[in-house]
Amino acid sequence: MSCDVPGAIALRGLTLGYDRHPAVHHLEGIIPPGALLALVGPNGAGKSTLLKGIAGEIPCLEGRIERPGLDEAIAYLPQAAEIDRSFPLSVLDLVAMGLWRRLGPWRSARRHQSTLLEALATVGLAGFEKRLIGTLSGGQFQRALFARLIVQEARVLLLDEPFTGVDGRTTADLLGLIGIWHGQGRTIVAALHDLGQVRSHFPHSLLLAREAVAWGPTERVLTAPNLARAQSLSEAWDEDAAVCAGHDAGGTEPAHRHDHAGPHDHSGHPSSAHDHHGHAA
Amino acid sequence: MIDLLFGPFLEFGFMRRALVGCLALSLSAPPVGVFLMLRRMSLMSDAMSHAILPGAAVGFLVAGLSLPAMTLGGLAAGLAVALMAGFVTRSTVIKEDASLAAFYLMSLAGGVLLVSLRGSQIDLLHILFGSVLALDDPALWLLGGIATVTLFGLAALYRPLVMECVDPLFLRTVSRAGGPVHYAFLGLVVMNLVGGFQALGTLLAVGLMLLPAIAARFWAADLSGMIPVSVLMAILSSVIGLNVSYQADVPTGPAIVLAAGALYLGSMLVGRRGGLVWRLFRARHLEA
Repeated sequence: MSCDVPGAIALRGLTLGYDRHPAVHHLEGIIPPGALLALVGPNGAGKSTLLKGIAGEIPCLEGRIERPGLDEAIAYLPQAAEIDRSFPLSVLDLVAMGLWRRLGPWRSARRHQSTLLEALATVGLAGFEKRLIGTLSGGQFQRALFARLIVQEARVLLLDEPFTGVDGRTTADLLGLIGIWHGQGRTIVAALHDLGQVRSHFPHSLLLAREAVAWGPTERVLTAPNLARAQSLSEAWDEDAAVCAGHDAGGTEPAHRHDHAGPHDHSGHPSSAHDHHGHAA
Repeated sequence: MIDLLFGPFLEFGFMRRALVGCLALSLSAPPVGVFLMLRRMSLMSDAMSHAILPGAAVGFLVAGLSLPAMTLGGLAAGLAVALMAGFVTRSTVIKEDASLAAFYLMSLAGGVLLVSLRGSQIDLLHILFGSVLALDDPALWLLGGIATVTLFGLAALYRPLVMECVDPLFLRTVSRAGGPVHYAFLGLVVMNLVGGFQALGTLLAVGLMLLPAIAARFWAADLSGMIPVSVLMAILSSVIGLNVSYQADVPTGPAIVLAAGALYLGSMLVGRRGGLVWRLFRARHLEA
């Protein structure tokens, strides 16, 4: 049960959200080091919110995220829309941002030139280093962001819908890259929509619908009944929702609502969430 | 021709002083302006320049038309408004432009009120429109000092500043430098506005900061080109503006800013990067 495994990320009764409304609700479980985990769920299920939470971007409403020794080792790829692509910056400079932790504000990146060019070549952007980021197509830009991730050499990679708007061949290339990272023992958590992709490339999945619907080996998580339940759970947030009183892990109950009068069932841990505890790579 | 261009500077000490002051300002303000423009904060700097007024006015009330007092006051007021606006932005739902507008309006109104409490119309005009032809030694030292600090400061902040412009979220995940860098940059903006205020007055202080920077966008593709081009534009504007002001006997501050404006309009027409004239010709496209 403990999270003393170095490099593991433990979610402890984690509730994340905006304006007191939970977007991720009472999540409980451990992401072991070296995991290749897909976050799956309908729109508004809390996938991006969970990634932001792990990256330390938003504070926890309740519970906590334990990531011993990982504060400096997390790389986070948000949805590309949040970057100012009109800024006159070269592709090489964008990729060089990944060196920040090693170089800081002043040291020269010249010695790392070959690293940067290699990273660009790996994602198929050799020869693009002098182009301005505004001139790249959507898929090329996503490749450039992956090159930055390569350069970061982080132990934990959080990818938020990394293949949106990316063509099939590029996606295959980038999935291959993720496979290499997995082979190097890095932890990868990716929010994805393509279930086929998840089934063929991701050994573990977390099916989210604000709560964990299921968490474990992908073939046991992405079942028709689980997916149907995730769909039915993802409702619009209720402006008049009552204050949440319970601290149950809330994964196995069919619907975790707050208008019921009876006390919460505090024994209701999602059994699947704990499949992970023995799975330290 | 040469006589016409340099005659006034050779002949009169006050013109030389004005030129030196404007050149110092031309070295420091445009690079700051380039970052302001790229961060879509152009109008924000204009608001900031008004925020300086009450500080300068307090200095004026305490010490009369004294440069150090008005400078210190201006710096303090500008930094206070920048910090308060930044704090409100980072801790409430108000966006930066709105919170800045709120603070600078209060600041500007307070400033005008303070000046009119004691000063005459002429004092107010002096503060609003500057006095580039009356720069004394301390003023020149101040402008030189501001240029030095700005250039070293920008060099030190360059990398995190660019990262904060392009991808603030990424900078936040890899470092805590984002906040301090933002405030340090605002500090540089305020310093340059105070410098510009000595020469061009509070109303036009942003003129030498923004116009050359925006004009540079039409000539250079990336930062390493834009910054030198903007400095060059500012130097040109200063020389032209001072000359025109001397030959035609018109106020100097507006002449300099109008010269910068003319350069901007020219750049917009014929600039190699997106100038309007180039739209008339359709360049033959390349093979790949």
